[in-house]
Amino acid sequence: MAINKKIRILIAKPGLDGHDKGAKVVALALRDAGMEVIYSGLHQTLDQIIQSATQEAVDVIGLSIMSGAHLPICQKLKAMMQEKGLVHTKLTVGGVIPHQDIPKLQEIGVAAVFPGGTSFEDIIKGINSLFD
Amino acid sequence: MLDINDIISGDQNTGARMIRLIEDRDPSAHEVLKAIYPHSGRAFIIGITGSPGVGKSTLIDALIAEFRRLDKKIGIIAVDPSSPISGGAILGDRLRMQRHAADPNVFIRSMASRGQKGGLSRAAKDAVLVLDAMGYHIIIIETAGAGQTEVDVAGIAHSVGIVTIPGTGDGIQAIKAGILETGDVFILNKCDRPDADAAEFELNMMISMRPASPGSWKAVVVKTRALDGTGVKELAQVFLSHYAFLNQEGRLEKKKKEIELRYFQGLVTDLVLEKTMAALETSKAYREALQKIELNGTDPLSLAETVMGGITISNFNSP
Ligand SMILES: Nc1nc2c(ncn2[C@@H]2O[C@H](COP(=O)(O)OP(=O)(O)OP(=O)(O)O)[C@@H](O)[C@H]2O)c(=O)[nH]1
Ligand SMILES: [Mg+2]
Repeated sequence: MAINKKIRILIAKPGLDGHDKGAKVVALALRDAGMEVIYSGLHQTLDQIIQSATQEAVDVIGLSIMSGAHLPICQKLKAMMQEKGLVHTKLTVGGVIPHQDIPKLQEIGVAAVFPGGTSFEDIIKGINSLFD
Repeated sequence: MLDINDIISGDQNTGARMIRLIEDRDPSAHEVLKAIYPHSGRAFIIGITGSPGVGKSTLIDALIAEFRRLDKKIGIIAVDPSSPISGGAILGDRLRMQRHAADPNVFIRSMASRGQKGGLSRAAKDAVLVLDAMGYHIIIIETAGAGQTEVDVAGIAHSVGIVTIPGTGDGIQAIKAGILETGDVFILNKCDRPDADAAEFELNMMISMRPASPGSWKAVVVKTRALDGTGVKELAQVFLSHYAFLNQEGRLEKKKKEIELRYFQGLVTDLVLEKTMAALETSKAYREALQKIELNGTDPLSLAETVMGGITISNFNSP
């Protein structure tokens, strides 16, 4: 039977961020780009994110973070991914992210960073390019 | 290849990767499925279906809480449609069940239908087999109903719950369209809305018109408010009493055999199609027929007959 692969992505909002309009719009854009998007909602604990990513066997975890806590969150999550054997899953992050933090996130092992204002086209390209 | 022992011992990461191979139609999935098959067959499989938005996922969320109180390990396969245009999908069922995400005894897996005719039932069936082999006691499949899906889910599940809501008449319409026979439990959700009693009356009427043979299960109507959990304890009990009923007089064994027979027939049909097409596509006659269509003129029916070596295409409407 023909192989029928799709990119599966979990969109999650960790922490106490107030709204998820942006994350939902991105989810729709990714769907329109042919991806399967699991939207897990607001106020996710890191434990919930890890368990969801595991059970859903996603290729990508896409975090949306507006609170400014992206560095500690990504560091912690990356360590948990390692521990849980999510070795093939890529971590990406979008939201309010100052440009000077991008190299630090990359150092932590974040595969792609999409600071506020990144176009849908660039987000889609960025995610697709992780699987070239 | 994945380690079968990791699946049987319930390792979520391995089980999840196995389900991924199944839905991606990875050839290696086949061997693993064969190997875990003897470890399956212990779970109670519930199908929950009904029109979009009637509250299936919210109900399942509340059912998980009930079954967890009884210390059951719960697996969920929640199917949403793929976009026919982009092939992508928004899988939104998990969102409603997310409070259970960190519970190690709950496994929630969203699946896109991937537009494959029959593909849903096949991939969902195989995913259920994995969860079963992993040791989940109760497995719930969610599918949005559109006539055929109810029948499809009845081909996998031991017990089928059909969800409708008061007021719209919509669910009831669907039931009239011929799915009445496939439901074991009729769930009237959103009973906080007006007209719940009228809808319940109507549902009971229709169920009473079902041809009932002696010793067959009498379908039950349960009124629920999934949002606050009202009626869900009773719903869980109804499913469990249906299971107890099935466990008497060899009914469950009989049902399982019917499910396996359908599964087998589906597999054979898939294989026949796959092999025939593979052979055809490399044949000279098929290539020539494609060229003739390209050039226009020859009717496709005659061409199809020629390609199939003179086998006539029979009337699709004949039984
Ligand atoms: N008023 C009321 N609303 C409910 C009830 N149960 C669910 N809802 C709401 O109905 C909407 C749809 O609920 P879902 O659980 O997503 O419905 P679904 O049938 O799974 O939807 P699809 O998977 O998209 O087909 C949500 O906004 C729920 O909050 C209920 O008992 N009463
Ligand atoms: Mg749903």
